[in-house]
Formats: sequence, structure tokens, C-alpha cells
Amino acid sequence: MIEFKNVKKKYDNGYEALKNINLECSEGEITALIGPSGCGKTTLMKLINRLHNPTSGTITIAGKDTSSIDPIELRRKIGYVIQHVGLFPHMNIGRNVATVPKLLKWDKERTRKRVDELLEMVSLDPETYRDRFPSELSGGQQQRIGVIRALAVEPSIILMDEPFSALDPISREQLQDELIRLQRDIKKTIVFVTHDMDEALKIADKIALMKDGEIVQYGSPEEILRRPANDFVKEFIGEKRLEVYQDTPTIRQVMVNNPVTIYPHRGLAESLKRMEGKKVDSLIVVDERDHLLGYVTVFDVLKEYDNEAIKVKDLMHSFEYKVESHMLLPEAIQQMHERKASYLPVVDESGVLEGLLTRGSIVGYIGKEYDGEVEGVL
Amino acid sequence: MEFLSNIFSYMVNNWDHLLMLTIDHIIMVVVGIVLALIVGIPLGVISAKNEFLARIILSVANIIQVFPSIALLGMLMIFLGIGFKTVVVGLFLYSLLPIISNTYVGLREVDDSISEAGRGSGMTVLQLLFKVQLPLSLPFLLAGVRIAAVIAVGVATLAPFIGGDGLGKDIVDGINSRQEAKIYSGAIIAALLAILVDLTLGRAQKQTEQRIG
Repeated sequence: MIEFKNVKKKYDNGYEALKNINLECSEGEITALIGPSGCGKTTLMKLINRLHNPTSGTITIAGKDTSSIDPIELRRKIGYVIQHVGLFPHMNIGRNVATVPKLLKWDKERTRKRVDELLEMVSLDPETYRDRFPSELSGGQQQRIGVIRALAVEPSIILMDEPFSALDPISREQLQDELIRLQRDIKKTIVFVTHDMDEALKIADKIALMKDGEIVQYGSPEEILRRPANDFVKEFIGEKRLEVYQDTPTIRQVMVNNPVTIYPHRGLAESLKRMEGKKVDSLIVVDERDHLLGYVTVFDVLKEYDNEAIKVKDLMHSFEYKVESHMLLPEAIQQMHERKASYLPVVDESGVLEGLLTRGSIVGYIGKEYDGEVEGVL
Repeated sequence: MEFLSNIFSYMVNNWDHLLMLTIDHIIMVVVGIVLALIVGIPLGVISAKNEFLARIILSVANIIQVFPSIALLGMLMIFLGIGFKTVVVGLFLYSLLPIISNTYVGLREVDDSISEAGRGSGMTVLQLLFKVQLPLSLPFLLAGVRIAAVIAVGVATLAPFIGGDGLGKDIVDGINSRQEAKIYSGAIIAALLAILVDLTLGRAQKQTEQRIG
């Protein structure tokens, strides 16, 4: 984890680049620093590997103050990808990728193996590309090398300074997708500087939106889109994107609010009676404080009905998949479809049951939504 | 026609003597330039790192350069006496400016993003200099050596005036004894040598440029 505490940065000419920044970048997440040019996002990132030093305040990595670590040592442990790629044009691809392993004096065999492994990771055939020079590669390929060069010694932190902004739109999309795919496997703590909101929304787990050396808003892409802190944020996100998000219903708007539940220690006769009474084929099992435990179906109940000793908890199945109420409806529908589920339980962060998303509730919602339009056509 | 055949027969008859002079000539030039590289590259590096020192270093080197060669060699003779050593010091001084200024320009031309990538990867200042910045400024440095070498081949023909050897010896002897063939053969070989140096170093420069892309 990277933590900024009361960090200020003032340049010699008196310009205040950063004004009292407090920020935490969580382990294994992509934190995007975004904002208009001159907002201090790059400066903030460069404080991490001490390419800049703060005027006051502290930066800690895993609890350790970076000012107590030798900058050279520190930088070798932190991957670094820059906008203009910065491959060494006089070295072939293999040597470029091996930059940090060489500085750390890895033996030849280990370095060679690692280079091949990394090249394969970004789908560049080692035999073909190892001995080529950077100028023989396309822009997208060059930045792939830039990225794997930063990954060479498996640093736990990677800094990326607008890595894809100089690429054509198609390569940019490809590299973003590859980064997302890569991150699923490598789970690094990534600090990603960008000025492209679409990019931040696509790849980041958390977004810190900056302006004039301050963090205006920090949160998940979802939070920022749903609750922009002020007009600046709204403007930066852009009306179009906000509309798309704000018009799409969430599960909360669609779900059944009072699902039929039962406690785990109740008997089967009571269960059957409840099902009959409410005309459902299964019951959601919750504890006394409404925490979701699982479900029982009418088939299980009927099969064991004669056995009075059996309670609901003995027949209970647990849910493989739950959703939270802020999830967007299209995504939830896709999940139901993929999992062939007839309904999904909706829970909050602490696992308390909030409702059920059922096929019936979705049809009902859509019917209501399109009602007006149908009338208009007729 | 007779004039040309005179020169040709002089060259054929005295080829061993001319070869010796050519070798002497090359040695003077090479030693002078190697010394200039040893001193000039560090000065170029210092200039690239510090704008203030750059101004001082480059103006001193410039002043040396504008001295007429015969005057410079004459002055050196007063301090160092006559002979090989004095010629080499003269050639060294003449080669300094192209080498310093080209090292300086070469280093400044290195793309900032490349230096930043090196620094960000955890290279020390010296590692960055030797592994990245100097190799990348090699084409510029070679261009400097090329200029310096061509000038030095020319200036070295003045060596006999201060007690040195080399191809200048035949030229000066030829002037004194009024033997045109002698003058021309020395001059022609010196000129060919300069062209050869220019072409060879030019090709080397091209190759490094291509590799760096």
C-alpha cells in the first residue's frame, strides 16, 4: 500500500504543485490519477519513486517512509512506464527488457528465461523479437515492451505515466485490454496517470480526480459517476457519460424488496406453508439479523417432509453468486443469463439481504418503463 | 604529362621513404586525437551537465581553434621546444573543440524520455551516462572525431617547421630544394589521407546512426 500524508510540493520558483495531498493507493489495485494538465498528477506519481521529493509531508510504502530508502534502490523495486515509451534505441529488445535485472546483477540464464517469459506474456514471440531493435517495432509493440520492462523483476508497485496516450486509438484499446487481463494475474499495486476519463473508467479500481494540486474527488469509478462531487467533476466526466450512467437502472430500482425468508432452525411443515401462502417455489434462508445464508426449494422440502427431525438448515443450499444493489441492471441480467439463474440475491457490504432480483421483477420493470412508449405508438 | 610522370616515378622510387613519412604522420594525428578524446569527452560531459561551465569551456576551446595553426605551433615551440611532442600537443589542442562541442551536443540531443526511463529504472548517474547517454551520443562524437581528424591531417603537414616529421617533411624539403615532384607527392598523399579518414569515419558514423535509428 502506498500512503501520502499531508504531502506538499513547492517548486523553487514558488509554484505550488501539490497542496496538502492525502491519499492511499490500495494493494493490488489500479489507482488512476486524472485531471487536466498542470493539475499535479504526474508530480504526485513521481514522488513515489523519488524522481521528485516532497517539500513537506511523508510518503510511505507498506508502512515504510520512502525518504529513508535510497532512491536508486527504491526505483529498482518499482516498475516505471512512461508516455514516450523510452526504450533504449541502441539496445535490442532483449537487453531493453533486461534493464533492471542487469542492474540487480541477475545471472545470464535467469535473465534470459525471464525475458522470454515476459515477451510471451504480451504475445510477442521471443525468437522473433528478442534480437530486434526498438525502431523495428510498431508503436503498440514498443509500449508492450515498455510495460514488460517495468515488470521484469516483479516489483509489487508499478507507476505508469500516461502510458497509452501517444498510441493510435486501436492500439490504445488493445493495450488497455491487455493491461486489465495482465493485472488479473499479477495483481500489482498500479498508479496510473492519465488525462483520458474513458481510460480511467475502464481500467481503474479507484480514481483520484485532481485539480490545481488538490484531489477534488476520490472513489471508485462507479461512485464518481453516480455522485460527482461538484461541477468541475461533472464537467470533467462529461455530460454524455453521466447521462449514460444515470439513465441505466440499477438493481435497487428493479429488485423485489421483501423476499420470502425463513430462519435456518425452522421445520419443514412451516416452510411448506409459507411457500404455499406466498406462492413461491423456494425460500431464502437468513439469520435473525437478516444475513443471507442460502435457500431451500420446495422439492427438497417435499422429499424429506415425513422426517420431523429435519430442519431448514439441513436442506439449505448456499448461493454461488450474490450481487450488490448498485450494480447496473444490464450487467446483472448478463450474469443471470450466464449462470442460468432464475433469480439473484441482493446483499449490502455486510451480507445483509436487501432483496431479490427475479426474472419476474425484471419483466415487470421493463413493462412499466416501456408502457408510455407503447401507448404513444398506438 | 611529363610533370605527372615525374611525380609518379618519384613516388615509385621513394615508396619506402614516403611510407615511413606517412606512418609518422598517422602516428602524430592518432596520438593527438586520442589525447583530445581523453580530455575532451569528460569536458563535454561536464558542459552537458552544467550550463555555466559549458559557456567557459566552449569559449576557451573556441579561442584555441581560431588561432592560426602556424602561430599556435610557433607559440608552443617557445614553451615546449621542438620535436614530436610539440606537434602532438598542437594537434591535441586543435582537436579539442570539435570533440568537446560534439560530445556536448550529442548528450543534449539524447531524448529526455530515454534518460528518464533510465533514471526511473534505478540507474545511477554514471550507469545512465555510460550505458545510455554516451552510447546514444556516439554518432555525434564520431562526427566530431571526423572533423578533428581531417583538420589534424592538414595541420600535421606543418610539423617540420617545429622539428617534427611526417608528410610535411617532403613538402618543406621540396620547397627548399625546388623539387616539384617531392612537394606534390607529399601533398597528394596528405590529401588522400585526409579523404580516406573522412570517408572511413563518415561510414562509421552512418552505421552507428542507423543502429540507433
